[in-house]
Amino acid sequence: MSELLRLATAGSVDDGKSTLIGRLLYDSKQIFEDQLESIERVSLARGDQYVDLALLTDGLRAEREQGITIDVAYRYFATPKRKFIIADTPGHVQYTRNMVTGASTADLAMILVDARKGVLEQSRRHAFIASLLRIPHLVVCVNKMDLVGYDADVFERIKDEFRAFAMKLDVTDLTFVPISALNGDNVVQRSGNMGWYEGPSLLHQLEEVHVASDRNLIDGRFPVQYVIRPMSTDHHDYRGYAGVVAGGVFKPGDEVVVLPSGFATTIERIDMFDGPVDEAFPPMSVTLVLADDLDVSRGDMISRPHNQPTVGQDVDAMVCWMADTPLRAGSKLAIKHTTRSARALVRELRYRLDINTLHRVEDAEQLVLNEIGRVALRTTVPLFYDEYRRNRMTGSFILIDEVTNSTVGAGMILGPSA
Amino acid sequence: MVYELTDLRALEAESIHIFREVAAEFERPVLLFSGGKDSIVMLRLAEKAFWPRRIPFPVMHVDTGHNFDEVLAFRDKRVAELGVRLVVASVQASIDTGRVAEEPGGMRNRLQTTTLLDALSEHGFDAAFGGARRDEEKARAKERVYSFRDDFGQWDPKNQRPELWNLYNSRHRPGEHIRIFPLSNWTELDIWRFIADEGIEIPSIYLSHTREVVRRDGMLLATGPFVTPQGDEEPFKASVRYRTVGDATCTGAVESSATTLDDIVAEVAATRITERGATRADDRFSEAAMEDRKREGYF
Repeated sequence: MSELLRLATAGSVDDGKSTLIGRLLYDSKQIFEDQLESIERVSLARGDQYVDLALLTDGLRAEREQGITIDVAYRYFATPKRKFIIADTPGHVQYTRNMVTGASTADLAMILVDARKGVLEQSRRHAFIASLLRIPHLVVCVNKMDLVGYDADVFERIKDEFRAFAMKLDVTDLTFVPISALNGDNVVQRSGNMGWYEGPSLLHQLEEVHVASDRNLIDGRFPVQYVIRPMSTDHHDYRGYAGVVAGGVFKPGDEVVVLPSGFATTIERIDMFDGPVDEAFPPMSVTLVLADDLDVSRGDMISRPHNQPTVGQDVDAMVCWMADTPLRAGSKLAIKHTTRSARALVRELRYRLDINTLHRVEDAEQLVLNEIGRVALRTTVPLFYDEYRRNRMTGSFILIDEVTNSTVGAGMILGPSA
Repeated sequence: MVYELTDLRALEAESIHIFREVAAEFERPVLLFSGGKDSIVMLRLAEKAFWPRRIPFPVMHVDTGHNFDEVLAFRDKRVAELGVRLVVASVQASIDTGRVAEEPGGMRNRLQTTTLLDALSEHGFDAAFGGARRDEEKARAKERVYSFRDDFGQWDPKNQRPELWNLYNSRHRPGEHIRIFPLSNWTELDIWRFIADEGIEIPSIYLSHTREVVRRDGMLLATGPFVTPQGDEEPFKASVRYRTVGDATCTGAVESSATTLDDIVAEVAATRITERGATRADDRFSEAAMEDRKREGYF
């Protein structure tokens, strides 16, 4: 069975991240001849000494001109074992928001470290964002090993330094691979140049890492997304609640409770186009048919009687700010959480987090673009939520500027705020 | 019990979520349907998302007038089966009313942009589902699932809204609209595996057949009302199929003996040329041809 793995990459401008992705695509034969000819042409015209695989991912005119990655680019490749979706995010300081975007859906993060430069401030920042966004698996690629003579000591030193830093973060699975993206060492095949390295190649690692168990299969959560009422003669009384299972496993016959009403009922059937199913689990899109005729609408939450989400209007959250105008206490914004939309007031900015030192700046008065901080929010209607660390789907929200309609903040819920 | 979805079912679940989200949050969505394989898959996913009710929005075909007959017949049949309303926006009408002028060579791909934007505003559509995939083209690789367009239908790649988790921002002002790409994360191979897996009917031109063609710019173009041999081009019969379906004047066929869906899956899995590289003259103009067209409001 072929599975889907979403991965996010991060690295500094010159770490060779785009080259690594180009290499993964090239060596797994996902680069097509016309694409290769096209980048060969461009590389030649620019006078590059070798084919610049970064051109495969840097698609926008401005990126090619400046030789940088501006926005999150999505890339796809597949092996017989897995289909991979890569969110390739730029590593520069000012693009934290793109990294957070790419990381939000990732099962695994690849962080690139230049073997010559060691663990830089940027590497720390990437690791921190990966842990903040709760990416379950972190793979550190120590790149450009060819430029340090494939020296095992260099690799070990970087590994120790990175581990020491990661101890301060909430990282559950951390692995290291010494590579040369340019030459392909340890990317798809194990390299003959580093006999001292006993681990698998990067691709092998990506194929084998176990991700199915990362999803929350314990807390039954079903945010109602859309009410299906056909109003046709064939399905006269049909009323189904469509949505994505955000947690737990639902089965026909299960007792459930609907929030905010608190009414209890049972699941009569779980419908899909191809026929009813016996079980629904994350991230399936299904339609629940309930035994009783209740008043249920979009934004309601179906959960289990003895395991319900927290209900409340006051939440404590980490927010990554993504707009040019700063966030301050007193700001009013639109909020979208699961399938609920409401308005939110920033009651308090508790602190700003210096993402390089992890130091809390307690007297911060605002969050500017690309800063991360802890806020207390009050919402106009109750939210049905879990801590982000327990459930990424019911613990996350976005903030929207009501004037510009832009998405300006990404939030991760810590719990209720006093 | 292992709670895992196959890659195709995970993609399907994601697309269905997108369809439902749009239906819940927009006033007037529309699904852009060309009769091509991507829009066929899109239509099937929409059918799945709302079953047992009908798809709660109309389907729009931006008609270049340069069609393959098989594709139009397929479109009408599918629309009738699903009981959805079909809106046809005609490029010919845009030419006749002077909104656009025919380009030298007669290619109408670029002209579609005006017809599309006019139709969106005439009908007041605020969301338009498109079948574009990020693996198709390098500018598309940077595009969001919800792609915001201003009053002029323009895409601003450097100023896109961040898109996090599965929380989509549908807010827009009157006159603005959002393009929705539910197949963003699908590849050409995923599309064909899904079509084969579901046993979805497709227009016959996707399967190998014998046709008279000419070789032009390294592509095989079918001779007919839209393409006549020029200069010393010698028409010849070949066993071909189409990998993409677009304006008949600039969509090339590929040599193929694939007569079943499984043959196509095997062929696509082994191919070394991208579908656009093999079949689209319009993307060959420059390194950033697609980015430039998208900025103007193209699909």
